[in-house]
Amino acid sequence: MARAASTRRKAATTLIAWTVGLLIFFPIFWTVLTSFKPEAQAIAMPPRLWNFDWTLENYTAVQERSNYFRHFWNSVIISVGSTLIGLIIAIPAAWSMAFVPGRGTRNILMWMLSTKMLPAVGVLVPIYLLARDTGLLDSRILLVGVLTMINLPIIVWMLYTYFREIPGEILEAARMDGATLRSEILYVLTPMAVPGIASTLLLNVILAWNEAFWTLNLTAARSAPLTAFIASYSSPEGLFYAKLSAASTMAIAPILILGWFSQKQLVRGLTFGAVK
Amino acid sequence: MGRIMLENVTKRFGDVEVIPPLDLDINDGEFVVFVGPSGCGKSTLLRLIAGLEDTSGGRILIDGKDATDLAPAKRGLAMVFQSYALYPHMSVRKNIAFPMRMAGIPQDEQNRRIEAAAKALNLTAYLDRRPGQLSGGQRQRVAIGRAIVREPSAFLFDEPLSNLDAALRVGMRLEISELHNRLKTTMVYVTHDQVEAMTMADKIVVLQAGRIEQVGSPMELYKAPKNLFVAGFIGSPKMNLLTGAVAAQHGAATIGVRPEHIHVSPTGGAWKGRVGVSEHLGSDTFFYVEDTGLAETITVRAGGDLELYHGDTVWLTPDPARIHRFDDQGLRIA
Repeated sequence: MARAASTRRKAATTLIAWTVGLLIFFPIFWTVLTSFKPEAQAIAMPPRLWNFDWTLENYTAVQERSNYFRHFWNSVIISVGSTLIGLIIAIPAAWSMAFVPGRGTRNILMWMLSTKMLPAVGVLVPIYLLARDTGLLDSRILLVGVLTMINLPIIVWMLYTYFREIPGEILEAARMDGATLRSEILYVLTPMAVPGIASTLLLNVILAWNEAFWTLNLTAARSAPLTAFIASYSSPEGLFYAKLSAASTMAIAPILILGWFSQKQLVRGLTFGAVK
Repeated sequence: MGRIMLENVTKRFGDVEVIPPLDLDINDGEFVVFVGPSGCGKSTLLRLIAGLEDTSGGRILIDGKDATDLAPAKRGLAMVFQSYALYPHMSVRKNIAFPMRMAGIPQDEQNRRIEAAAKALNLTAYLDRRPGQLSGGQRQRVAIGRAIVREPSAFLFDEPLSNLDAALRVGMRLEISELHNRLKTTMVYVTHDQVEAMTMADKIVVLQAGRIEQVGSPMELYKAPKNLFVAGFIGSPKMNLLTGAVAAQHGAATIGVRPEHIHVSPTGGAWKGRVGVSEHLGSDTFFYVEDTGLAETITVRAGGDLELYHGDTVWLTPDPARIHRFDDQGLRIA
């Protein structure tokens, strides 16, 4: 009896999990599918699942109209750059908060997190004006800087929770063994924290890659990343669903592939601490 | 050489004084055990010696040199932690080599010392494994190996056996004692287990609330505890401490009688009582005797052959020469 009940429960859970998974995946699937439809069939009612004329014309059109590789390159520089700078700042910060916490450590952490609760649009005008007056508007440096600041709290928090799992006694043992602060971080802490640092890096590259608010508002032509590339296909003259889908597919493909190959790292990083 | 002297050492965490001014002299080659209940400051004291905590006052001298402000690694001490604190990403060989690598010792000398330590600690077969693939006892031996190869002037042990099971603990206790006999290096050992303290130490330091209650050899502490705390802490099972009329008879506020210094008879004696719980260990039997007319249950340690059970009536007679007397301050009356 118990076994039958548990099998039924397992089947139900599996069914729910698959349903949720497919629901989440469906928009991506539909976008990719639409990108292969002729513009007229893309908006056909009822929607066409299979019975349409497969075409690559949207991809050709998108390539002709805008420079995919320039946008792609901007996205790479902005997401990887902001993440790397963030890590350089966050590793020592998280180290000190995890291993030599002071009275204010918890408050600092909460305060850092609270900046994420502020609606971004609230600081858009001052940042825009600052960027304009310093001549940094529509530059990669500006976006790298802004996205570093936007994602820094998350990077510090992730590393902090990760470092906290590393027993302090191991670092003390290293100190007793004659390791300087540099060798302690280099030979003991970092090798032990590699999975955490790697998953932090991946997650933040993904977050920065998909970040649309600041990248759309602070760029025009020169430094526009792929988010702007997608947005340029929803124009006031009307929506071109098929071309928009093709642009979207091209924009998300690199990060999707990266995420696919690093999913083990990502899942481990996100659930670390939950299960020892 | 490994002489460690603490002069007026204090430690405060914020407003809390965990170690009031304290003096202690640890001689070269001595096996000193810090023992006390949890939270008594014994680990803090060890960490002050190691340099992992800064003192709030006083001086620490190692071999006559002021080491108070020296970094841990510069003190020439090696430490073995309760959690072993091995580097999980390194093989046993690399773990043991790490302090030598940090000190820039030549590779062939490193190898020679690793081989010697591994042989002494039965680790030769495990040199290429990671700590995660070893048992608790093996991990602890790796931690000891890592300490040995530094050839320190003193070893510091912070409850090194607490994470091991009972049988392994006895084995490792012997190994550490043998190691001390062989190396003759100063060892400072922290434990809350008074059996470890009694069996291993040349000198025991009993601590309570950061204060030293008594310093002495195991037998000195056993035979002449300075106060009620030491009397109750050293010895297993615990000393019976009796107050009231029976103590007044001996001209004391409290008297103490060790369980092994009470004679048991089924026919006659000083105190009549009834066996509550009896624990037959084979070699010994522990009786917990109730209804003696004294305020406390009396613990008695008798030979293993004595067959008395719950509810039996017994007569107890303390050995008059081995009654410890304490005044109303809890201090020993000579």
